[in-house]
Amino acid sequence: MTRNCILCLCLSLGLCLAAEAPSGAEILKKVDENGYAATRVAVSEMVIHLARNTRTVRAKSWVEGADKSFTEFLYPARDAGTKMLKLKDELWMYTPETDRTIKISGHMLRQSVMGSDLSYEDMMEDRKLVDLYDAEVTGEDKMLGRPCWIVKLTAKAPDVSYYSREVWVDKERYLPLREDRFAKSGKLLKTTEVKSVAQYQGRWFADRATFKDALRSGEGTEFVVDSLRLNVPIPDYIFSKASLRK
Amino acid sequence: MIILRLAIRNLRGAGLRTWLNAIALSFAFVAIIFGQGMLRGMNKQAEDASTAFEYAGGQYWHEDYDPYDPLTLENAHAPVPPVLESLAAAGKAAPILVIPGSIYPQGRLKPVLLKGIDPAQKVVAIPTAALGDTTEDLPLLIGSRTATATGLAVGDQVTVQWRDADGAFDARDGRVVQIMETSVGTVDIGQVWLPLAQLQELAGMRGEATLVTVARGLGRTGHDRIVLNSDRVPNGAGWQFRDPEFLLSDLRQMVASKTIGQSIMFVVLFLLAMLAIFDTQLLSVFRRRREIGMLIALGMTRAQVIVLFTLEGALHSIFAAILGTLYAGPLFIYLNRNGFTIPGMDSFGFALGDRLYPAFTAGLIFGTTVLVFVVTAFVAWLPARRIAKLKPTDALAGRGT
Repeated sequence: MTRNCILCLCLSLGLCLAAEAPSGAEILKKVDENGYAATRVAVSEMVIHLARNTRTVRAKSWVEGADKSFTEFLYPARDAGTKMLKLKDELWMYTPETDRTIKISGHMLRQSVMGSDLSYEDMMEDRKLVDLYDAEVTGEDKMLGRPCWIVKLTAKAPDVSYYSREVWVDKERYLPLREDRFAKSGKLLKTTEVKSVAQYQGRWFADRATFKDALRSGEGTEFVVDSLRLNVPIPDYIFSKASLRK
Repeated sequence: MIILRLAIRNLRGAGLRTWLNAIALSFAFVAIIFGQGMLRGMNKQAEDASTAFEYAGGQYWHEDYDPYDPLTLENAHAPVPPVLESLAAAGKAAPILVIPGSIYPQGRLKPVLLKGIDPAQKVVAIPTAALGDTTEDLPLLIGSRTATATGLAVGDQVTVQWRDADGAFDARDGRVVQIMETSVGTVDIGQVWLPLAQLQELAGMRGEATLVTVARGLGRTGHDRIVLNSDRVPNGAGWQFRDPEFLLSDLRQMVASKTIGQSIMFVVLFLLAMLAIFDTQLLSVFRRRREIGMLIALGMTRAQVIVLFTLEGALHSIFAAILGTLYAGPLFIYLNRNGFTIPGMDSFGFALGDRLYPAFTAGLIFGTTVLVFVVTAFVAWLPARRIAKLKPTDALAGRGT
């Protein structure tokens, strides 16, 4: 009798836990929902740790949905006025020194942005994770002192840049706190580690994170959000090629 | 004959003046032959090396391939047409797959072109046999310039990253199995060679290539000409044949541009020498008026006197040729055989190797001699024309001109 009771207790506890643990797909969906805003206007800094020195690049970005974004670099002086426009899967860049707008495409998308650990392609990534990956919860861990799900993502289609990823997702806020991106061969290519989070208009976002190209030596690139406004109206002209030269 | 003997006697009589002119002209002479020989040597050497290491008997390019536009590389690959496949199997062609990638020597990102080639190929002189090393998971062959730029040595392990046919990133650790010495920078700088089958597998491009290099001599004989008839199979499959003439045209244009630059220097040198001849002739006509009057009085026609003076001027070029042969001949023969090293030869922009062997051909020497003789004769004739206007009586009195 006692044995049966203990067995029933364990079974019901297990069922309760299983009920609590969402599926990988559910976690991904919530992560996508949490990160999505109709529009975003942010001022941020990239602290790029190079072999011999460190440089800081400050930029203001306007983002609408997943398809449109416009970035203007504000600092340092030599990069000030450089602008990038992304419309769907196309990217243009304007540099004031040359007074020219060039389309970044092909292998150029793989080049680093301002010497950082981020490529143009990384910056352009916008598709929802749930559309790209099959997800499976593989464990639990703690990041920044918060309990996380460890979710293993495997590409659904062969045309996804990173074949697999491992994401540490805050169990309560559904905010990724760490992410490792892997090549098809299983080699670690890039890592993202959130250093601190902050609430913007009631939602949690990472406000300091380190991106690292795992194949390169160095300390990676820090990404620091100074201000973030969500769902603010952005005039249409911002997302036009004409605004690159303004 | 009398005129020739007279001209030689007069020149010998002029003594030092004749030899100074001849020496000045010989400098121009030698400089022109040396410069042209250098350029011809460069051209020949670069063409031979490029043919041996890269172009062989020509290349079939995928229709989207443009070596000067890396953006084309993502789409410039397709299955090797069966006719070229059979040539490759017979050892007469070498398919090459080119994809953009990166290597990370000492943790530094370096964009490169990854080139897959059959380790057993003998079509080009790239030492691909080293890629047949089956003990290595991913054997890599690089050129000495890439090795210097990346700090890689034989036995070093380096991470190689690329995107497969679908666009997904992939990366592996490879090991440098050989560093090749080649004067052809276009198969070396920023390039990493891998076994073709392995790259095809890793990139998800089985049986595909970007270009196919065919062996030298193909297309000239019966069977090969049928196989390589560009109107037949290969073109139909979206492959375009680029013959050695086309492939070497850029190199030839580069040499031509250098020739133009050098020619300006030769023209200046030559003009200085011609100025000396012209001055000498002008002075002769002025100072030798009595002699001219005497010759005409003795029965020579004005035309014969003009020929005499023109011949005297033109003979300077013959003396210059003899002088030049005496002091530069042994040097040219030595350089032709042993070559010489110019510091920074790699920066010339085409394949030159460690030593440059100038090509002083008989045609070059004969052509230059004739050219110099004709120009000198013309320059000598210009002041001599004045003799036609000279009255014998005035000339005998030392007046006129």
